[in-house]
Amino acid sequence: MSDILLEVKNLKQYFPVRTGLLRSKPLKAVDDVSFTIGRGETLGLVGESGCGKTTVGRTILRLYEPTAGEIIFDGEPVTAKNITHMRKQMQMVFQDPYSSLDPRMTVEDIIGEPLDVHQLYANRKERREKILELMATVGLNAEHATRYAHEFSGGQRQRIGIARALAVNPQFIVCDEPVSALDVSIQAQVINMFEELQEKLGVAYLFIAHDLLVVRHISKRIAVMYLGKIVEVADADELNENPQHPYTQSLLSAVPIPDPDVTRARKRIVLEGDVPSPLNMPTGCSFRTRCRYATEQCASQCPALTDRGDGHFVACWNK
Amino acid sequence: MENFDPNKTPKKQILSAQIDLSKFEKATDEEKRQQDVMSESTSFFKDGMRKLMKNPLAVLSIIVLLAVIITIIVAPMIVPYGYDEILSVNGKRDKGAKNLAPFTYSKAEQKFIDAGGTRFPHIMGTDEQCRDYFIRVIYGARISLVIGFFASIIVLIIGMIIGSISGYAGGRVDLILMRIVDIIYSLPDMLVIILLATVLNQTLSFPSGSALAKLGSNMISMFIVFGLLYWVGMARLIRGQILSIKENEYVLAARSIGAKPGWIIKKHILPNCLSVIIVSTALQIPSAIFTESYLSFIGLGVNAPMPSLGSLANSARQGLQTYPYKLIFPALMICLIVLSLNLLGDGLRDAFDPKLKR
Repeated sequence: MSDILLEVKNLKQYFPVRTGLLRSKPLKAVDDVSFTIGRGETLGLVGESGCGKTTVGRTILRLYEPTAGEIIFDGEPVTAKNITHMRKQMQMVFQDPYSSLDPRMTVEDIIGEPLDVHQLYANRKERREKILELMATVGLNAEHATRYAHEFSGGQRQRIGIARALAVNPQFIVCDEPVSALDVSIQAQVINMFEELQEKLGVAYLFIAHDLLVVRHISKRIAVMYLGKIVEVADADELNENPQHPYTQSLLSAVPIPDPDVTRARKRIVLEGDVPSPLNMPTGCSFRTRCRYATEQCASQCPALTDRGDGHFVACWNK
Repeated sequence: MENFDPNKTPKKQILSAQIDLSKFEKATDEEKRQQDVMSESTSFFKDGMRKLMKNPLAVLSIIVLLAVIITIIVAPMIVPYGYDEILSVNGKRDKGAKNLAPFTYSKAEQKFIDAGGTRFPHIMGTDEQCRDYFIRVIYGARISLVIGFFASIIVLIIGMIIGSISGYAGGRVDLILMRIVDIIYSLPDMLVIILLATVLNQTLSFPSGSALAKLGSNMISMFIVFGLLYWVGMARLIRGQILSIKENEYVLAARSIGAKPGWIIKKHILPNCLSVIIVSTALQIPSAIFTESYLSFIGLGVNAPMPSLGSLANSARQGLQTYPYKLIFPALMICLIVLSLNLLGDGLRDAFDPKLKR
């Protein structure tokens, strides 16, 4: 049993986009992404909208068929054949707690669905006991079991979604922006619950978000994505104090700090231009069109993720 | 805060937003309990039925339909005549009981009553073959309702299976199925019905005495016509619903749990388009009754001597000027059934379609 729980190797996910009657072009949603997650560890995945964060999460769970690359879970490659078995160990919490719960099902049935699908109980009584236990774990009352999802607030709904993911006792959960649809006070509750669950159950998370503060709080390591590629991976504190990639630097400079003096004193790095279309990617480094330090080398060659010591990986030609 | 003393609150500033606690009184236990009562957890169906019961037109049409259904079940037990029975008095054929007006008796019957016998009144008179007309209209309504109901179920089942496969599978399967639907759509209904009914009438034959033979080839061919032609609308409707529902995140969530497509369709997708299915089935019944009626009217419906509302109306046409009531009764029955089913369908749509919520 190694320390590494999940290993993603050169994952590629291209979607064909029709450009003409018969022609289609690949949309490179995820392009050559590799990372590892240890047991009980949290990897934060940040990046702006449309950079492929969600696609990475969904491809790991094989909700999309990957174009290329390998996903190795617990030493075993995840393939279309063993995915049903794998889904007992990998689960997902969705972004929108309003659309991710079936409006026609009671809470009991929503949480019990994974148990039904995998036949994880012997009789009705055991099923009910398991569901009530899960509800207690995420802080829901037992009398909520017979209610429908629309009768709950956003935070409670997200708890239902988390209970559903926990039902099969997974070792790894993809959290796809689980708090971005909630308001700030509820966000804190839900994030604290994620941390408590990790301590109690030892689950590993891939925590996808675009809020750097949230990710910094919960993650051990953070990966920054830009246009389908990972541009920087480092420990959470290291990334915050010593961002190396120009994109990460500009992201961090945009994080609001609740202190007017600090905010006034610091310089914001404003990126110029827009994100290039993933259908029409720039040659070489994909960030070069908006990078202040771009050189000729950036236009011709794509930088690989290289170690700059202490597990701080950066994909940039500039040192 | 139990031992809170309102007098201890700091003096209120004039511009302060602080609440002056001395102006409040404690809630009694009863008032507290009122706050505890949460609204009853309502399911989709309870909510829909509650809304339906608030719609006066829908309630009225339910009452009318129930009355019609009870009548067609109970009346044949009370009325002592059969739908194909030629009236007779004391075992002798009553030749005078031809084309009687409502609530009148023939000479032979009058004599029988005068002699002390009792005779059930001919509520709607008799037809030209000396048969009681009321019982014929009742049987006609029975046949029409049964055909309407079963035809809608056939349409529902075929449409639901093909629509959900097409919508969920998408891609090439969807393309092929939908082109078949388009082809069937483009055929002129009337022509196909007449052709099919004529051909099936000639070719279908059942061993005499069996249940199918009792139904008659015309009735069977009518079901086949419905099964072949009318599922397309339902299939399109359900496909469209499924296309929009399957984009929801809870379907993705079910997939991430490891649910198979069959499970997802059964547990998530169909329950969520149930409202549309209920409404369109309810509206399909009157249209099937109508189709049956006009097919019977042009002579392709149920076999004689079995009556249907359409064939009764058709045979009434010949003596229309002399005996108008013979057309009025079956026509009234069709109107009553179709109108109340349509109104009920509209009521169901208002109650169950979430998009029409006021």
